[in-house]
Amino acid sequence: MSGIAGKKKSGDIIIFIFLTISGLFMFFPVYLIVVMSLKPQEELFIFPPEIYTSRPTLNNFTEMFEAIRQNRVPFSRYIFNSLTVTVSVTGLQTVIISMGGFVLAKCQFAGKNLINRLIIISLLYQSNVIYIMQYIVINKLGLIDNLSALILPSIASPVGIFLMKQSISQIPDSIIDSAKTDGAGLFRICWQIVLPNQKPALMTLIIFAFQTSWNMQSGTFIFHEEYKTLPTVINQLSTTGLTRAGISMAGAVFMLIPPAIVFTVAQGQILETMTYSGIKN
Amino acid sequence: MLKKIGKEIRKNIDCYLMLLPFMILFVIFTVIPVIMSVPVSFTDFNIIQKPKFTGLSNYTALFLSDKIFMKSLRITLVFAFFSGLVSYVICFVVAWLIDGMPRKIGNFFTIIFYIPSMANVYSVWRIIFSGDMNGYINSLLIATGIITSPIQWLTDGRYVLFSAVIVQMWLSVGAGFLAMRAGLRGIDHTMYEVGAVEGISNRFQELVYITIPSMKPHLIFAGVMQIVSSFTAGTVIQNIVGFPSTDYNAHTIMTHAYDYGWVRYEMGYASAICMILFTLMYCVNRIIEKISGKSTD
Repeated sequence: MSGIAGKKKSGDIIIFIFLTISGLFMFFPVYLIVVMSLKPQEELFIFPPEIYTSRPTLNNFTEMFEAIRQNRVPFSRYIFNSLTVTVSVTGLQTVIISMGGFVLAKCQFAGKNLINRLIIISLLYQSNVIYIMQYIVINKLGLIDNLSALILPSIASPVGIFLMKQSISQIPDSIIDSAKTDGAGLFRICWQIVLPNQKPALMTLIIFAFQTSWNMQSGTFIFHEEYKTLPTVINQLSTTGLTRAGISMAGAVFMLIPPAIVFTVAQGQILETMTYSGIKN
Repeated sequence: MLKKIGKEIRKNIDCYLMLLPFMILFVIFTVIPVIMSVPVSFTDFNIIQKPKFTGLSNYTALFLSDKIFMKSLRITLVFAFFSGLVSYVICFVVAWLIDGMPRKIGNFFTIIFYIPSMANVYSVWRIIFSGDMNGYINSLLIATGIITSPIQWLTDGRYVLFSAVIVQMWLSVGAGFLAMRAGLRGIDHTMYEVGAVEGISNRFQELVYITIPSMKPHLIFAGVMQIVSSFTAGTVIQNIVGFPSTDYNAHTIMTHAYDYGWVRYEMGYASAICMILFTLMYCVNRIIEKISGKSTD
């Protein structure tokens, strides 16, 4: 998209080689996992390991579903739990954070700088006891063993609001001021003028939210089997020994599919909208 | 005083209302736990018994008698340089190059570069770096005649940091990269036309005078994300290189905190380690804010 200034053919070839090599570095490990998830059991342990499989099979996947089925709780229950968490977190986060990000980027009010500072601090603050403190808070609120113990803390994501705030700050004040003189309230300005122009950032936000909540394990917040999430069970399966190497690969690949779909769809969305939206100055 | 606050709130009532849902959840689930966790670093706390106040003794012990902590500090800086700074520059170059491509190809490359962040598959690096002749790296290097006998990438003290940094760099293309992509996509295309009229003649000038200034907020976001991911490296790496790594050669501050927190159950000491890490990251962030000329506020 960028760049109308001069380009050279030789430069293009160097760029292509650079992207191919770095792309291979990024993609090869993922490719390996996919191939391994499709290998029959006996091929997984032959040496030297091959980077392809001659007899691809879905056995590892069926075995994974079989192993999960042995649990007291049906497989669909885990999917339901994970979907509940993912959809609520992604939906609520998108709404709450894009509104908050807009206010923090474009409004002047007392306490704004303090809030912005707090967001940065909470991004940088990584402590191993914070998990314990969160447990205490969630326990005090009586949310332990309830799916909202996974949903509520994930909604106000500092990463998400920082991203939206940064992105919205690029919108010229003049657009907002002229909307104000036309009598539009802040709420309308946010939803009808600002956010439709923020598709790239919004899609990025949705990708982050979806991916983190989809991969969320129930940890110590949930102890009843029927409230556990899908990654929790898949993780339990894959940590139970070498014989389950195939299952563990299949689990990783299976978990990758939904975020990959959301990612691809979101990417396409950005492409469409950027050609339409003309309001910049 | 109260009247003044009331007036201020009434004046900007829309702002506060729109921010309220975020603030409620943010304060309850993030700010309060953060505040609660700070005093722990001044105590002796083993999770089971009540914490005992010990003043600054955790901190003095860290700096005066913990040799491994000093080593972990150095190793964390190595990670910060490669998976932070180097990786940040590479991410930007890649995002920028992709942006100049036809959309389909650009989207394809975006997926390729982002996919490691979506999948939970880092364990595959154990197989790639496997120390026998059949490990992917070893067999490639032997086949091409670069080495004659296999290298113990993950257990030889000379190579373990190298391997760990490679894996961390692979993991570090994530949030920042996508934000850069979003920033580039948000740039108004007519800016380039205006630039061309005003005498910008090559892509490099375009980059310096139009592209980078137009996506500065996204670059700041990506910078913060890169600081966080590179300074807190270690918890994933220890699954690859083992814990502790050979001669502590890939032992980061985070690994050290893990060691004291979850292996020895000395939570007070572990959170003192985390506080130092936080101070370090905060300073780096402030320096970058100063350099980039605009605060992140």
